[in-house]
Amino acid sequence: MAIIKFVNITKMYQMGAEEVHALQGLNVEINKNEYVAIMGPSGSGKSTLMNIIGCLDTPTSGLYELNGTNVSDMNDNQLAKIRNKEIGFVFQTFNLLARSNVLHNVELPLIYGGVGSSERKKLAKEAIDRVGLGDRSLHKPNELSGGQRQRVAIARALVTRPSILLADEPTGNLDSKTGDEIMGLFDILHQEGNTIILVTHEADIAAHAHRIVHIRDGKVETDEKVTNRRVIRQTSAISA
Amino acid sequence: MRYFFDELKEGLSIAFAAIRANKMRSVLTTLGIVIGIVSVTLMGTAIEGLNRAFNKSIAAIGADVLYIQKWPWGGGGNWWEIRNRRDLSIQHARSIERNAETVRSVSPTNGTARNVQFGRKLIENAIVVGTDEDFLETSNVNVVLGRFMTALETNGGRPVCVIGSEISENLFPSESPLGKVIKVGGYPYRVLGVLDRQGSFLGMASLDNRVYVPISRFYKEFKSMHGGGLSIMVKAENLADLEETKEEVRGIMRKARKLSPKQEDDFAINQQEIFVNFFNQIGSVIAAVGLFITGLSLFVGGIGIMNIMFVSVTERTKEIGIRKAIGAPRRSILLQFLMEAATLCLMGGMIGIIIAFPLSLIIDQVLPTAMPVIIVVVALLVSILVGVISGFLPAYRASRMDPVDALRYE
Repeated sequence: MAIIKFVNITKMYQMGAEEVHALQGLNVEINKNEYVAIMGPSGSGKSTLMNIIGCLDTPTSGLYELNGTNVSDMNDNQLAKIRNKEIGFVFQTFNLLARSNVLHNVELPLIYGGVGSSERKKLAKEAIDRVGLGDRSLHKPNELSGGQRQRVAIARALVTRPSILLADEPTGNLDSKTGDEIMGLFDILHQEGNTIILVTHEADIAAHAHRIVHIRDGKVETDEKVTNRRVIRQTSAISA
Repeated sequence: MRYFFDELKEGLSIAFAAIRANKMRSVLTTLGIVIGIVSVTLMGTAIEGLNRAFNKSIAAIGADVLYIQKWPWGGGGNWWEIRNRRDLSIQHARSIERNAETVRSVSPTNGTARNVQFGRKLIENAIVVGTDEDFLETSNVNVVLGRFMTALETNGGRPVCVIGSEISENLFPSESPLGKVIKVGGYPYRVLGVLDRQGSFLGMASLDNRVYVPISRFYKEFKSMHGGGLSIMVKAENLADLEETKEEVRGIMRKARKLSPKQEDDFAINQQEIFVNFFNQIGSVIAAVGLFITGLSLFVGGIGIMNIMFVSVTERTKEIGIRKAIGAPRRSILLQFLMEAATLCLMGGMIGIIIAFPLSLIIDQVLPTAMPVIIVVVALLVSILVGVISGFLPAYRASRMDPVDALRYE
């Protein structure tokens, strides 16, 4: 079953006097529980695609169905609701709230989702335990290492049980060892049934996915299954 | 509903975190509101003091007493015409006393300033009031020591007097004034009694620095019959029928002064109400101007808040992007920044009241007053309102930010 369906998606920006066609009739489908990497050189339209998948932006034309709902013509507040319920973001720069502790950071999507206090605390604790940071829930982000911060971001992404996890260069700010640990965590989450979309320009990282979609000049260049997947041993993922 | 409370709580905790993170800046911005609230509450307190002083003084005039005089209170009329009116006389008072049915008591009064002396003690320019035995009733005062003048004494123009409490304290600090002979303007008067303390009129002339003497003797020794200034105090039988009494007195006065039906009254019937109206007019102008000027400082404080909220929104563009990315609707972002501005202002308001309260005690020394509770409540509400108004534009801008741009902001 297709969880994401792009039909002829275009995106045009006005940059000064120039029109930039970031996406030019892009078609792609992603099914439930797929692990897809989106790759492409800078300027390929990769970021634009990610923004549209993540409902941060809307396409200029074309149809985008997310989990059976047409989201291409939604307004700001409707998109906010979709982002809250259907999408879990993991960013390259973690994007945690610096002044809030881990627990509150993870709780935040539930607050905007209207989940009651006790239920919220329970779900947030579960998500924090899930990424192996149960003993850090009262720490502030600046008291954590980069890898731990990214785990908090992953917990925040998971806590609403979204349809897709959307990771944008999740290891871009981490050393390779911690990066491997984070990728190992994604492997586990995928095995548990999550749909993961990974945006990256590193072939190493993309090799964790089952399928790689290459973007160039705003179109899908290649779309292929990964034959020799790179899998991190699961034990190392949790121990960090 | 519960969702709304959760958001409020979130907004509040963000507000406090933001204020704590920028302590110095918050304090400086709040200063504008603090000064605004201090000046507005102090102005309110001073106005309250003015009203209290007035209400206390006005009680001395008596709501049920008419004052028949040459000059109308509160001004108006043709100055020249009024000036040339015939003087009132004691005979007019007698006419009212004899003919009016809705009148309880009548007393003519006239006053002048004289030195009062007992032994070596001297009071300069005390007010000497000539009146009759009904004065006690028309002016609603009590005798605390001795007695007031009798009809026999006032009609006979006996050299007797009743003194105000302040005179009594100054001339007789350690002995009873009763039976003592004091010199009023050089003439000897025997003290019959002391009146109860009345305070001052509008915070100016003391009502206790007075000597009351029989009016016939007053005219003999202090002022000629044609010196003017006579005021006939007429106490109505019934406050509810004051208008009726007024008409009756007017009729008697017109007859006594032989006015033809075509002529206008050549006297004024004054009453407390005129004074109250007059004061209310002036008082509301003072209040409006005072609150407007002090309100300006609050306005300036509000602009400071708006300015700093714009800075705060810009600084936290990234945070706004993050919140939007994880699903915060526009309303939540708007609420968050509104609450931050309102919290800043409310804190300013509370600090302002804490500072203004001891200052109001200083005002109390000059003008007896107390900071009205309503002023405190209104000041707090106004400071929240200032926060909401000045925070709206920055908060609105934050709520409309594009999440993609906001996330990219460094």
